[in-house]
Amino acid sequence: MEFRQTRQGYVDALIELARENPLIVVLDADVAKATRTVEFETAFPERFFNCGVQEGNMISVAAGLALEGFIPFATTFGVFASCRAADQVRNSVAYSKLNVKIAATHCGISTGGDGASHQANEDIAIMRSFPNMTVLVPGDYEEARQATRAAAAFSGPVYLRLGRDTYPVVEEIHGPFEIGKAKPLAAGRDVTIITTGIMASEGLQAVELLAREGISAELLHMPTVKPLDEQAILDSARRTGAVVTAEEHSIIGGLGEAVAACLAERCPALLRRVGVRDVFGESGMAQELLTLYGLRASNIAAAACELLGAKRQSGRTP
Amino acid sequence: MDPAVLADLTRKAREIRRTILTMIHRANSGHPGGSLSAVEIVVALYYHLMRHDPRDPRRPDRDRFILSKGHCAPVLYAVLADCGYFPKEDLETFRRPGSHLQGHPAQHKTPGVEASTGTLGLGLSTGLGMALAAKLRRQLHYYYILCGDGELQEGQVWEAAMFGRKYALDNVIAFIDRNYLQTDGHTEQVMPLDPLAAKWRAFDWNTYEIDGHNLEAIIETVRHARSVRGRPAMIVARTTKGKGVSFMEDDAGWHGKPPTREEYERAMKELEGGV
Repeated sequence: MEFRQTRQGYVDALIELARENPLIVVLDADVAKATRTVEFETAFPERFFNCGVQEGNMISVAAGLALEGFIPFATTFGVFASCRAADQVRNSVAYSKLNVKIAATHCGISTGGDGASHQANEDIAIMRSFPNMTVLVPGDYEEARQATRAAAAFSGPVYLRLGRDTYPVVEEIHGPFEIGKAKPLAAGRDVTIITTGIMASEGLQAVELLAREGISAELLHMPTVKPLDEQAILDSARRTGAVVTAEEHSIIGGLGEAVAACLAERCPALLRRVGVRDVFGESGMAQELLTLYGLRASNIAAAACELLGAKRQSGRTP
Repeated sequence: MDPAVLADLTRKAREIRRTILTMIHRANSGHPGGSLSAVEIVVALYYHLMRHDPRDPRRPDRDRFILSKGHCAPVLYAVLADCGYFPKEDLETFRRPGSHLQGHPAQHKTPGVEASTGTLGLGLSTGLGMALAAKLRRQLHYYYILCGDGELQEGQVWEAAMFGRKYALDNVIAFIDRNYLQTDGHTEQVMPLDPLAAKWRAFDWNTYEIDGHNLEAIIETVRHARSVRGRPAMIVARTTKGKGVSFMEDDAGWHGKPPTREEYERAMKELEGGV
């Protein structure tokens, strides 16, 4: 299996985009070597602005650039983009629906050794709560490249969620990328698995694990968490009546809660959320943390089995 | 300076003060103190210094004004309406549901408003980002940004101070409405700012200290600031909060309080006097 970085997919797309469109500019807040925007700086030094350690100022400056017609990609770690600069994202960018792209790397528990202070597990919750905001969570290098290009082509604020570690390349998710559209990866009858971000590869493995137990699982990958592809969720949930969501993010406010709200209002179904359980993370290797915090295919499969048990016990079909 | 021009601007300032009070009184909500203290700065800019065209609010070579102290929206709305960016009748809808005139400026709602502000400390950064865009395009227009003094207690302002100097944004001419009062009282008691001009000099901005109610001083200082290359300008404009209405002057209580009918009538009477 090949492993690559989503942040590299982002920067490779930026360099392609900058060649095509003179309005693309990039800002960073003293983490250019880590976010990889240093490669953009080398290619286009006159279109790169290092704001130093000032995330709030960077986002408001990006708003100013967008007001004058540029397409700024403001880049920093997810914790800083979402928590430190939440005020600027809300008031400078989202309120006036400005064409600012917020690229957040080092998101999720797999940020690893830096520990809880640097592991953004709340960023999707914060960003999707802002009106006018679009939230993209690509699953691998190629999908990050696609998502970056889609963000540039889209008019309006976008939060682009990226990771630090290398993650499996998942051929199955490389189909056409359309903001707001789910990617169906497997068809099944018994349970629906919905993944976002790097959980796509775990979801695919979970489908295989469940098949061995004679369980037919459907898999929807959602690289857009907002706007949510409600139709895809409802179409699948109506058939299976049982849904497992999986995200490398808190179970509070992320994909799982978005799906829960959609189901509760329009198609009540059994639901389990796989994600970080309302706790802070800790230091460790990315791969061992994913296991430790229950973000593996085996966790998704176990949640699905539990759901099917509940479905049988309740004796009801949706 | 031509005395006739100065007399016109002085008359205009009084008229704008009356409009501000009328808006806030009618809405029974708003911020009179800081709106009144900024009148001469905004009047000098829109009626004398800035190149702008109300018939074409988006023309690329216009000078831009950003009200970073967004709670003083009434002074901006009064001037924009008077210039013709939108009908004066709209002022009657200030702070009402369905109005484009929000309590704090909304760029996407009001013609002539260049940036949404309201959360303090953000507008200077936004203005610098806009000015950076103009530099990238080699455009020659100016960005005038008005900050409150209490607002400078926000850390982001000092982030912006570093940023503006780094990118040599000499197309930025910023003002501080230095009225020494904020919501909870005197700035030097709530969170001291002095020596304020020294702070901006230390950040290597081209810094001035002037009387912010002296129209001639404002105009001369801006002209001088335009001639200085390589650094942004900060004009610390000493003002009186509530300027022009005797019982509002220098009283923090008028930061965000609308006048009663009696107070409004008294204030309007005071503002009817000659130049």
